[in-house]
Amino acid sequence: MRKLMMAAAVALAALAAAPANAKLKVFACEPEWGALVQELGGELADIYTATSGLQDPHQVQARPSLIAKARAADIAVCTGAELEIAWMGLVQQQSANPKIQPGAPGYFEATAFVRLLDKPASFDRSQGDIHAYGNPHIQTDPRNILLVAKPLSERLATIDAANAAAYRTRYADFENRWNAALLKWQAVGAPLKGKPIAVQHKSWVYMIGWLGLNEVVALEPKPGIPASSGYLAQVIETLKAHPAKIVIRAAYEDPRSSEFIARRMSIEPVLLPFTVGGTKEAKDLFSLYDETLRLLSEGMGS
Amino acid sequence: MPNRYGLITIAMTAVFAESAISAASAQTPNAEAAQAEISALREEMEDLRADYEARIEAMEARLKRAEEAAAIPPGAVAGPTPAPDTAAAAAPIGTPVAVAQIAQQAASVPANTYNPGISVVLNGGFAAYESNPDTARIPGFPLDEEAGLDPEGFSLGESEVVLNANIDHVLYGNLILAFDGEGDVGVEEAYIQTTKLPGGFTAKAGKLFSGIGYLNEKHSHYWDFIDAPLPYRAFLGVQYGDPGVQLRWIAPTDFYLEFGGEWFRGDSFPAAGAAKNGRGTAAGFVQTGGDIGASSSWLAKFSYLRARADERETPLGSLFTGTDSLGIVSGVFKWAPQGNPVRRNLIVNGEYFFGREKGEFDGTAINLNRSGWYAQGVYQFRPRWRIGARYASIGSEGAPIALLGSEIDDLGRSPNATSALLEYDTSEFGRFRLMYTLDDSDALSNNEFFARYTVTFGPHGAHRF
Repeated sequence: MRKLMMAAAVALAALAAAPANAKLKVFACEPEWGALVQELGGELADIYTATSGLQDPHQVQARPSLIAKARAADIAVCTGAELEIAWMGLVQQQSANPKIQPGAPGYFEATAFVRLLDKPASFDRSQGDIHAYGNPHIQTDPRNILLVAKPLSERLATIDAANAAAYRTRYADFENRWNAALLKWQAVGAPLKGKPIAVQHKSWVYMIGWLGLNEVVALEPKPGIPASSGYLAQVIETLKAHPAKIVIRAAYEDPRSSEFIARRMSIEPVLLPFTVGGTKEAKDLFSLYDETLRLLSEGMGS
Repeated sequence: MPNRYGLITIAMTAVFAESAISAASAQTPNAEAAQAEISALREEMEDLRADYEARIEAMEARLKRAEEAAAIPPGAVAGPTPAPDTAAAAAPIGTPVAVAQIAQQAASVPANTYNPGISVVLNGGFAAYESNPDTARIPGFPLDEEAGLDPEGFSLGESEVVLNANIDHVLYGNLILAFDGEGDVGVEEAYIQTTKLPGGFTAKAGKLFSGIGYLNEKHSHYWDFIDAPLPYRAFLGVQYGDPGVQLRWIAPTDFYLEFGGEWFRGDSFPAAGAAKNGRGTAAGFVQTGGDIGASSSWLAKFSYLRARADERETPLGSLFTGTDSLGIVSGVFKWAPQGNPVRRNLIVNGEYFFGREKGEFDGTAINLNRSGWYAQGVYQFRPRWRIGARYASIGSEGAPIALLGSEIDDLGRSPNATSALLEYDTSEFGRFRLMYTLDDSDALSNNEFFARYTVTFGPHGAHRF
C-alpha cells in the first residue's frame, strides 16, 4: 500500500513539474502523417510518431509508450481503413483521452478523404489479411497527400483555433510547393509508364496507378499470407510468361522472397522507402517521392 | 464477339492510324497518294467510332435495366423472376452486372447495421498424465475447483462467445459467455465501461476480471502457455473475477503511469461468501512502462488484493474463513527487431507473489505467509513458430500441528513445475500448441503432456500489451 502512495506522490510531482506547453500535441500513427503535420503545422505542433518507417504499421502492439503519448494528444492523425486495427483502438481506449476517440474532431483518418481501391467483394478470413474498406496504403501516390492535406489543415485550424490563420498560410504554401513537386515527379516518372513490375505485398496499388506501372504478379498468394515455395514456383511461371523489370518491396518487409525471385529471374530487387524514414534518404515527404522515383528509375535502367 | 481486348484493339488501331497519318504526311513525296491513304484511314476510324458508340449505347441500356431490376426490394420479387438477359451472359464487359450488384447493396440498409461485434474462441485438445489428474493437489494450497488439471484424453476446452459494441456516445459494453465441454454456460465477463470521462479516468462496472498481475486480466486463450502458471492456480484459482467496479487513471505524464482501484462482491476464490455485505474484495494496482530503443519495450507493475473469505469450501471439503492478502510484482519485456514481431520476437515475463492467509481453517486459527513466482520466455524463431520455457515455484509456511495432513499442510515441500512449449500458428487467428510439464508439486512428481488448438473468428479485438 505504501508503494502505491509513493507512486502516486511521484506522479503528482511529475504533473506539477510539467511545463505548460502551448504547442498542439499530435499523435501521428504513421511517419507520413507526422511529416505532413510537420509541413502544415511546423513550429505550432509537437509531433509524436507512433511507428517508424522500418515498421509494419499492421503489426504494432498497444505498448505503454503509445498509451502515454495518446493520453496527452490533442489530435491523432492516422491512416484508418483498418490499417491500425491491431492496436489503435486499444490505444485510444486505454489512453482514456476523449479528444482522440473515434468520431471526435481530434481523431483524423486520412483514408476518409481518398477514394480507396481494392475494396474486397466478400469478407472472409480465408482471403487473407484483407481490408474491408479497401487498400489503406494511400501514401504511395503523392496526389493523395494533397487530398489529405487540405482537410487535415482545416482540422488543425479547428482544434487549434488561435493559430487558424497560420495553418491556412502554411497550407497555401505547402499546396504551391507540392503542386510544383508533382509536376517535377510526373516528368521524372513518365518513362516508367507501362513498365512491368512484381510486388511483394499488395501495398503499391496507388503508386502503380499514379505512375501507370503494370503489376504483373504479387509474391504473396493472399495479402499478409507469406508465400510458400509452391506459390513462388507459380510466380516464376507467371514471370516467365510476363517478364517484370523489377520486384519491389517496402523497407519493413522480409527480403527473402523478393530476393529469391530476383535471383531466379535475373531481375532487380528494389527496396522502396514506402514512407518517410523507410530509407535514410527519405527524410521528409518531398524526399520520399524523390527517392522512390530515383530507386524505381535506377532499377528499371539496370 | 468483342470483349475488353476487342476495345483495346480498337483503341490501339486508332493510335496506330493516327501515327500512320502523321508519318504519311511527313514522309510520302507523293502527296496525292498520301491524301488518299489518309482519307481511307479516316473513314476506317469513323466506322470504328460508330461501331464503338453503338456498343456503348447498348451497354447503357442494359445497365439501366439492371439498375431498375435491382431497385425492386428483394421481398417483392414473389412472381416469376425476369428471364435472364441472355445477352448479358455474353456481355462485352462485366460492368453492368457489377454495377447492378453495387446498386442492390446500396438499396437495402441491412438490419444488422447496429449489431455488436461478435467473435468466437474455440479451444480443444488432448492431455495425458503419468498420475491421475483427479487426485493431483498442491500441498499447502487448498485449491479452487477451477484450478484443477484438464481431464485426461480428448476434451473440449472453454468455448467463448464475445459480444461488444458502443452502447451510446459515452458507454461501451462487453459480454463474454463461456461454454465448457459439458455445455454449461457461464458469464465470464459482462461489463459496461466509460469512453469519454475527462481527466484520464476510465470506469468499469459489472462482472470483470481484476486488473491485478500481468495475466489475470488477459483472457486465457491469449496466454502464451496452455495453462496458468502455478502461482495463479494456487493464489487466484487461475484468474480472479467477480461482480464489482473498477476505476483506472492514467497520469498526464510523458511516460506511462497508470493507477487502478477495484471493489468486488467477493464470491470467487480466493474470496468467498460475499463477505462484508457483498463488498468482500478490494484491489489496486500501479503500472508503468516504456520503450528501450526501437526494438524493445517493457512493463512493470505492482498489484495488491485483499479478499475476505466467508466459509470458503474446497472440492475436498476443507473450510476457511478469514482474509487473504496478496501482493504481486510483475515485469514484462518484449523484443522484436525494429518493432516488427512477424519474423522474430521474444517475450519474457515473470511475477512474484507474496501473501498471507489469516483466519480459521477447519476450526483451527492460522496465519501463514506464502509466496511464489514464475518466469517464462517465449521466442518466435521464424514466422508462425514459437518455442517457450517456464519455471514456477510456490511455498507456504508450515501448518499448525492440528492441521497436519490437511490441505493446508505443505508436507515440507516447495511445489514447482517446469514446462516447455512448442507453437505453430496458421495465422494470428489459429494457434496449435504442444506443452510438456514436469509437475513437481505433489509427493509424486507428474509428467504431463498437452496438445491444444485455440482459434478465434469474427471481428476479434486487439490484445493488450
